Amino acid sequence: MRVALFLTCVNDTLYPDTGRAVVKLLTRLGVEVDFPMAQTCCGQAHYNTGYRHEAEPLARHFSDVFGEYEAIVTPSGSCGAMVRELYPRMGERARAEGRGDTLAATLAPVVPKTYELTEFLVDVLGVTDVGAYYPRKVTYHPTCHGLRSLGLGDRPRRLLDAVKGLELVELPGADECCGFGGTFALKNPDVSAAMGADKVRNAESTGADVLCAADNSCLMHIGGTMARLETELRPVHIAEILASTEEEPAV
Amino acid sequence: MSGTFVGMPAFPEAARAAVGDQTLRGNLRHATHTIRAKRAKAVAEVSDWDQLREAGKRIKDHTLRHLDRYLVQLEERVTAAGGTVHWAADAEEANRIVAALVAETGESEVVKVKSMATQEIGLNEALEAEGVHAYETDLAELIVQLGKDRPSHILVPAIHRNRGEIRDIFRREMSEWGRPAPEGLTDTPAELAEAARVHLREKFLRAKVGVSGANFMIAETGTLVVVESEGNGRMCLTLPETLISVVGIEKILPTWRDLEVFLQTLPRSSTAERMNPYTSMWTGTTDEDGPRAFHLVLLDNGRTDTLADEVGRQALRCIRCSACLNVCPVYERAGGHAYGSVYPGPIGAILSPQLRGTASEIDASLPYASSLCGACYEVCPVAIDIPEVLVRLRERVVEGGPVVRDGNRVVLRPAKGHAAERAAMRAARWAFARPGALRAGQRLASRTRGLHPRTLPGPGRAWSATRDLPAVPAEPFRDWWQRTHGGEEAK
Ligand code: SF4
Repeated sequence: MRVALFLTCVNDTLYPDTGRAVVKLLTRLGVEVDFPMAQTCCGQAHYNTGYRHEAEPLARHFSDVFGEYEAIVTPSGSCGAMVRELYPRMGERARAEGRGDTLAATLAPVVPKTYELTEFLVDVLGVTDVGAYYPRKVTYHPTCHGLRSLGLGDRPRRLLDAVKGLELVELPGADECCGFGGTFALKNPDVSAAMGADKVRNAESTGADVLCAADNSCLMHIGGTMARLETELRPVHIAEILASTEEEPAV
Repeated sequence: MSGTFVGMPAFPEAARAAVGDQTLRGNLRHATHTIRAKRAKAVAEVSDWDQLREAGKRIKDHTLRHLDRYLVQLEERVTAAGGTVHWAADAEEANRIVAALVAETGESEVVKVKSMATQEIGLNEALEAEGVHAYETDLAELIVQLGKDRPSHILVPAIHRNRGEIRDIFRREMSEWGRPAPEGLTDTPAELAEAARVHLREKFLRAKVGVSGANFMIAETGTLVVVESEGNGRMCLTLPETLISVVGIEKILPTWRDLEVFLQTLPRSSTAERMNPYTSMWTGTTDEDGPRAFHLVLLDNGRTDTLADEVGRQALRCIRCSACLNVCPVYERAGGHAYGSVYPGPIGAILSPQLRGTASEIDASLPYASSLCGACYEVCPVAIDIPEVLVRLRERVVEGGPVVRDGNRVVLRPAKGHAAERAAMRAARWAFARPGALRAGQRLASRTRGLHPRTLPGPGRAWSATRDLPAVPAEPFRDWWQRTHGGEEAK
């Protein structure tokens, strides 16, 4: 099976390790991975901040770049949700505004083929044990878009449960937002920081070494808060845990 | 919508104080977390919750689509049953109508049962200006009124107060308004409730005029419905000689049968009860019982304008259960006052900028008072997609566009103060449309990584004041990919 990796602009620029982990993991599972070099950004930050007309060309670009692939895999719940949930909505709105069906028709092909990583592993490849080894105490934060827009459910937990050496501990208040929310963190810094601090304190109370999530944007916010609160906890993307093996353990 | 809360600063500033107030945050956290858990349990008991939610949504959508027809039907039925219907286009008109009705009775005081519509229009203040005292009789409303405070929650307006604070308010203020608080009042709930009961009883027995809101109005029968927990509302509705109900036009339901859905979803969503203790219904007047005169004031105040927006109109489905407030992580930290309206929390963030427009600073900031986490949508018993409406309103703020205000179609210009952001969004879109430009930017960032500050200038300062930024990696992913896998560089 040949899939396109949609890495997202944040991962590409700030978290290349996550991308390398996805490539390593999928290759190990026998999937042929391609990274279309023309990819950029799905347009989520634009759309969610109210700049729908700036987001549209980005969505079109996304469809041009990824339209031909059998499946598109992304290690980001929120960017996955952008494509799956909001691209159809953008198409509908264009139609309702009398701009015809072209936007909807352009975006439609990528919508059903876009998968968040854990969803792809469990639903498409049908695996929960990916042969990973990660000897640490881990707590899992289900990010809002993964949880509510994509409905990832217990897929990430099942994957983590099957990792050798890993002890998974429940995060109190797991379903509560970490306070990132894209430009929300900039527009409402006090509330955002208070939410982030509570998330970190909840994670600390579990005694875990690692807080894991399936979205680097949330992890950037949580990790930045951890650094300020000087905790021993570390933020780690789930792809890096799943890519880690006994032969090549993640650091 | 009138200016009960005019001159409010934008949400972020208003929220800052609340975030720093440890008592307030503790009170809010405790209250919302407790009710949150109870609600989840009460909802889980119902096997057909999803169908009930869908039914509620459908009934409300259907009603809103045919609002004109159902309102006329309601007016006919209310009139036939001996009531009088008044139509109020805005807050000022509604206040004028009520003040005139009270003046006709010759009374100088009225008792009120909790009504958000009258708070929305600032009725108490308007009556005060005419020399009429309005006494709130809902316990939480009473606390807010005595404390010269503002409500901070739809259902529990005094949620931001703890028991000690309430006792102090009672001791200090009750004598000003009527029967004083008993000597040696403590902060046990039973004593506080008893003090309020005795204080209020005196008012009920004296009042000749009652003012209420309504949770529902039934077009088919001309019946109004109030759902409450304490029974004080029922006293207000039955004891006075004249009853004036002020109700938003969206509160209508076509038939008696439709009520069944909401009498299941409302109590479970709001107080986490299977059924609310008191459900009062009244239809016009009867000779042997209840008020001799009944007036219904139907309030528009921005609702028809809101109906004109195909995305935003779903906010009018709201049954004011407050479930969205109780799960909202932003409300929990910012408190209700920061929203600058009687409608706080997620519903307030989408309702106020629609009812009042987005011209003021507070109204333009409300659509951003959310991280779009979606918890509010998940619990809403009438499935209002609050995040969707928030994004819609953000578009309105930054891009402008056509809206209906006071019944006229107007084209809004983009709000001021977004120029820098708009330029940044445009620049980002430009770069993102050109993979080559994105790559050049990444390379520049990598090459200069030693020089990057860990705190940011400009709008980024807010971020770096409380969080560290990640270090820019030596090699962006796409460079690594090209180095290890080859591949055509895109322009
Ligand atoms: S928006 Fe929904 S959850 Fe919020 S108060 Fe209204 S009905 Fe309840």
